[in-house]
Amino acid sequence: MRIALFVTCLADTMFPAAAKATVLLLERLGHEVVFPEEQTCCGQMHINTGYQKDALPLVKRHVKTFEPYDVVVAPSGSCVGSVRHQHAMVAGADAGLAARASAVAARTYELSELLVDVLGVEDVGAYYPHRVTYHPTCHSLRVLRVGDKPVRLLRNVRGLDLVELPAAEQCCGFGGTFSVKNADTSTAMLADKMRHVLDTGADVCTAGDASCLMHIGGGLSRLRTGVRTVHLAEILASTEA
Amino acid sequence: MSTFLGMPVHAPRGVGHLRGDESFPDAARTALGDSQLRRNLQHATTTIRGKSGRVIAELPDWQELRSAGSALKSYTMAHLPELLEQLEEKVTAAGGVVHWAADANEADRIVTDLVRAAGEQRVIKVKSMATQEIGLNEALEAAGITPVETDLAELIVQLGNDKPSHILVPAIHRNRSEIREIFLRAMPGVDPKLTDDPPVLAGAARRYLRETFLSTKVAVSGANFAIADTGTLAVVESEGNGRMCLTLPETLITVMGIEKLVPTWQDLEVFLQLLPRASTGERMNPYTSMWTGVTPGDGPQNFHLVLLDNGRTAVLADEVGRQALHCIRCSACLNVCPVYERTGGHAYGSVYPGPIGAILSPQLTGVADNASLPYASSLCGACFDACPVKIDIPSILVHLRNQAPHPRTEAAVMAAAAYTMDHPRLYRSAQRAAKLSRIAGRRGRGLPPPLNGWSASRDLPAPPKETFRDWWRNR
Repeated sequence: MRIALFVTCLADTMFPAAAKATVLLLERLGHEVVFPEEQTCCGQMHINTGYQKDALPLVKRHVKTFEPYDVVVAPSGSCVGSVRHQHAMVAGADAGLAARASAVAARTYELSELLVDVLGVEDVGAYYPHRVTYHPTCHSLRVLRVGDKPVRLLRNVRGLDLVELPAAEQCCGFGGTFSVKNADTSTAMLADKMRHVLDTGADVCTAGDASCLMHIGGGLSRLRTGVRTVHLAEILASTEA
Repeated sequence: MSTFLGMPVHAPRGVGHLRGDESFPDAARTALGDSQLRRNLQHATTTIRGKSGRVIAELPDWQELRSAGSALKSYTMAHLPELLEQLEEKVTAAGGVVHWAADANEADRIVTDLVRAAGEQRVIKVKSMATQEIGLNEALEAAGITPVETDLAELIVQLGNDKPSHILVPAIHRNRSEIREIFLRAMPGVDPKLTDDPPVLAGAARRYLRETFLSTKVAVSGANFAIADTGTLAVVESEGNGRMCLTLPETLITVMGIEKLVPTWQDLEVFLQLLPRASTGERMNPYTSMWTGVTPGDGPQNFHLVLLDNGRTAVLADEVGRQALHCIRCSACLNVCPVYERTGGHAYGSVYPGPIGAILSPQLTGVADNASLPYASSLCGACFDACPVKIDIPSILVHLRNQAPHPRTEAAVMAAAAYTMDHPRLYRSAQRAAKLSRIAGRRGRGLPPPLNGWSASRDLPAPPKETFRDWWRNR
């Protein structure tokens, strides 16, 4: 299958390992990955901070960039959530753009959705010999409803010891600009998330969103806990060889 | 000829409790440092969440009930003028008197005048959000009338000179030893040997209230529902104090937000299943009191219904935001909110705290007067899942953020960022600049304001040597 990568601006700039892993994983599974270079950012930060007018050109760019492709994947539940639930709304009165945005959204998948629902794979042949706990990010859980798809993928990884995260469904406190505008409340939420991660005794905390991992990982690093954050795509791309 | 009546107005300033003294982040900072508050809230919200989750799981048709509740409320809002007139007609026909209050000032004045007309100096109160919203207790006190809250938690708040911090459990921020201290300090005739055993505390309140119930001639209540086609009002509660207030006095004054309507009697079937399970985690609430006007020889012989707007028509005028008027005040969204659980209700500055407060208060007052509230959420979406009438709170938060006044510097940065993102060459230059920041400092400590909020508790990852884009080009 020919799959267009919607890399997300955050993974492109700060977490290229997650994006590279997505490419290498899909190629290993026998698919062709293309990267439309005109893409930049889906506009989620602008939309969620109250700047829909500024987001409009970004939505237009995103729609135009990905319109030619049958299947689009992103290593992010949050950015796919924005494409699926916000782009048509931002298009607003421009009914033509809204319809095109909805059409692109219907073909855009978060990585675990693509693997399990579209490609029908749960065992991607990965090997990752570590104790891992999985944090279901809010937008993958409650906007996209990915359910246990990421966990099913992780259970099939050789060598991986998956430990359940207590209070897993509570937000880590990131929330985009929430972590800056309400930094204290965000930190209080992060403190509880980190406590639960540490309680599992895992070496690695994984999730499907680089943004939440940047938040959790930023806290774990500041406290020198020795626990690291690794994107789901990187685990699934790892092999014994 | 037609008369232009102008746009619907917001709740006025200087009266009631819809606006805080501080912004949410500032108020939250204080609350987060209160370890007793954090412990009380964590314990209480975790307990209610568990209880509610268990009884909701028993119903195979919970999702269908939520959809039915949502549809009924949408219908009601679409037909609000006709339904309100129908309610007025039915209440009047049944011997009640209907008053229309455009705002908090009018409602306070109407109630105060009615109590004065009855020649009374004291009223007993059923727990009510509407009367808290309009600051009725302060208005009555200013007129020399003593309001006595009879809901146990509201009584704790009133005796403690405190403010409610939760829609359902106004004293959720207090634990039993704090309640004991409040009772010892402020409850008339309390036993000085009072312990902090919950039944003992409830017994003390019961003795104090029983005396008040039997000797007060005017009661003030809110309403959970009003049925347009019968003119019936309904109050649901757990303690029975409401039943006492609604049946014992000679005069009953009910203050009700105009959105509390349901079209028909049968519609209560849906809401009486949704409300107790979502709010207290009970299958059925212990007391459901309903009354239609006045019944000769039974219950209050004077009944007044005050219909309160106070910004609601302005909310109704917003196609996206109007869903907030569907709220049945169950407080399920507060109990699941990770922000509320840590900051408590006072940080929101309004009688409506938590996620519903973050969308309702700014709409009632106008967004400029509560500009920080739409941002008091990480948009995690737990509130939307919990709402028994399916109010899409996260989408309304985003909608209100788009209306909120933005700090000038932030707006300039956001515009510049959007421009950069819309020009791939500029975007790549910005990525290179981010890479160069590798030499700027160790792992993002001490970022400049407003980003210092991030770096106070979290490291920033070092920018990678190569962006994905570079890697793709070079592979």
